[in-house]
Amino acid sequence: MAKDFWAKHENLYYALTNKKVIFGLTIVAFVFLLAAFGPMIAQYEYDEYAGQGYLPPSSEHFFGTTIDGKDVFTRTVNGLRSTLLVGAIAGSIATLIGCIIGFVAGYYGGTIFDELLMMLTNIFVVMPQLALLIVIAAFLEVRGTFVMAVIVASTAWPWTARAVRSQTLSLKNQEYVSLSRISSISVGRILREDIASNMFSYVFMVFIQQFNGTMLATVQLEFLGLGPTKGISLGLVMQNAVNWNGIQLGMWWWAIIPGLILTILITALYFINTGLDAAFNPRLREM
Amino acid sequence: MAKNKDVVMSVQGLTKVFKSGILNPEYTVAAKDISFDIEKGKIISLIGESGSGKTTVGKLILKLINPSEGKIIYNGKDISEIKEKEETKQYYRRVQGIFQDPFATFNPLYRVDRVFDLIFDSFDLDYEDKDQAIREALFDVNLNPDRTLGKFPHQLSGGQLQRLLIARALLMDVDVLIADELISMLDASTRIGVLNLLVESCKKHGMAVIFITHDLNLGYYISDHSLIMYKGRLVERGDTKKVYENATHPYTQMLFEAVPEIGERWDPDEEFLPEQVVQDVKEFYQENQGKGFVEIEEEHSVLFSDK
Repeated sequence: MAKDFWAKHENLYYALTNKKVIFGLTIVAFVFLLAAFGPMIAQYEYDEYAGQGYLPPSSEHFFGTTIDGKDVFTRTVNGLRSTLLVGAIAGSIATLIGCIIGFVAGYYGGTIFDELLMMLTNIFVVMPQLALLIVIAAFLEVRGTFVMAVIVASTAWPWTARAVRSQTLSLKNQEYVSLSRISSISVGRILREDIASNMFSYVFMVFIQQFNGTMLATVQLEFLGLGPTKGISLGLVMQNAVNWNGIQLGMWWWAIIPGLILTILITALYFINTGLDAAFNPRLREM
Repeated sequence: MAKNKDVVMSVQGLTKVFKSGILNPEYTVAAKDISFDIEKGKIISLIGESGSGKTTVGKLILKLINPSEGKIIYNGKDISEIKEKEETKQYYRRVQGIFQDPFATFNPLYRVDRVFDLIFDSFDLDYEDKDQAIREALFDVNLNPDRTLGKFPHQLSGGQLQRLLIARALLMDVDVLIADELISMLDASTRIGVLNLLVESCKKHGMAVIFITHDLNLGYYISDHSLIMYKGRLVERGDTKKVYENATHPYTQMLFEAVPEIGERWDPDEEFLPEQVVQDVKEFYQENQGKGFVEIEEEHSVLFSDK
């Protein structure tokens, strides 16, 4: 039974036995668990006065306290939650928009429709992202998690659209698509087996990369003071640390720990991506 | 053309113009006014340099692209009128192709067996035992089924992949086979074997083959008829022996001069200028203005002027 299952889902087998994927998944799982259960473990509210300020990490305050006596662990895990949420929402939106525009443009490659879509995409590509984000964020007075996600996603999709378009164009003209056509199999099956299946792994990886990119972009905005007007996030924790001269005062735990968690998470996601590349592409599998 | 021929397919005035760009379109004439008949059990070689439009003609016959002008008549019907699903399937049941690049012809995500599965899924092939039939077809093209089936395309060589495609075409037992640069990836020893196999099944089953190649020797070895293409035009057409022995069009003549022979070495004193042919062809057309496509002897026609 088990053997049959793996024979059918060969890609999954290769993905789950790939060392890079295992390594990345373990770390990502750990970070997600931290975000999911951290706030439950924490004994304080994120903006509550939790004790004396300026305390280094201890068994009482895992990540120490801020200068005004808030618990850094509580702030970090709560912030991690919202940062992951923004990343997931923005990543999904950006991937979705990028895939739809890219697929349609590629499918109608060479027509006026394609040209118009690509013109739009190119305009977004050359726009200075951060500057645009600052302008948009500055205009909106109330910014929640979802609004943040939409702002970031609106500038993240263009490269996905371009990449998906060229992928669709090249897949459409592959000779194996011609062979399937002269083998007289249905258009649905060609789309499924010859085009989508060659694209699926790609889209999956695009999503991971968008998740990464949008998370970073959000943290950047937050760090510049353009984050959500209510709530907490990783970027806000770091911004506070810098605003209150945390680093100069030697309070490394305040800024470094949240930054490190973000860095580790993003590195782990990159590991998953390279690992999956090998798993989905038979040519890269170790035999 | 002469009567009493068993014509299975007739190509008439086939033209294909590719357009690229919207705002400032560029037009490329890939094939212009191509006409010839495909006879049952005969091998036609379509010879020309890269970019001469050979592959385009193949793709037009396989209905992979639509002609800008002209018709391809099969079973008394223009194939561009075949739109219905079942009818298309019937067409592909009888007309098949093998593409240029064997690596690109296999979907890299699937095992190579898929090319056989597809045809058994789509067409009612008349075999009692599918696996046995595939194994036999593989033996025919000199492949060991145990070493090729179940492999991924990247694990096999170009020659092996190409032979798998030949086996696929043989299994289907078609009326017309388009073989685009069929044996370009095979080494000399397998080459002859595969060619002979092709000729045999051609004669045995009455299959017509359009053998697209740039290799004149191969064309001579295998074909009954030869078509020479130059810049999208058919410049010489006819019985292979007559075309080869009495090449009239300056481009054809240049092609024959350009073939190196065994025993002949490179000679630094001999100047060979392929650019010269452009000039020669131009002069040739000017000298024979208004003549068009002329049959100079039975079963041998030459394009004397392109207007």
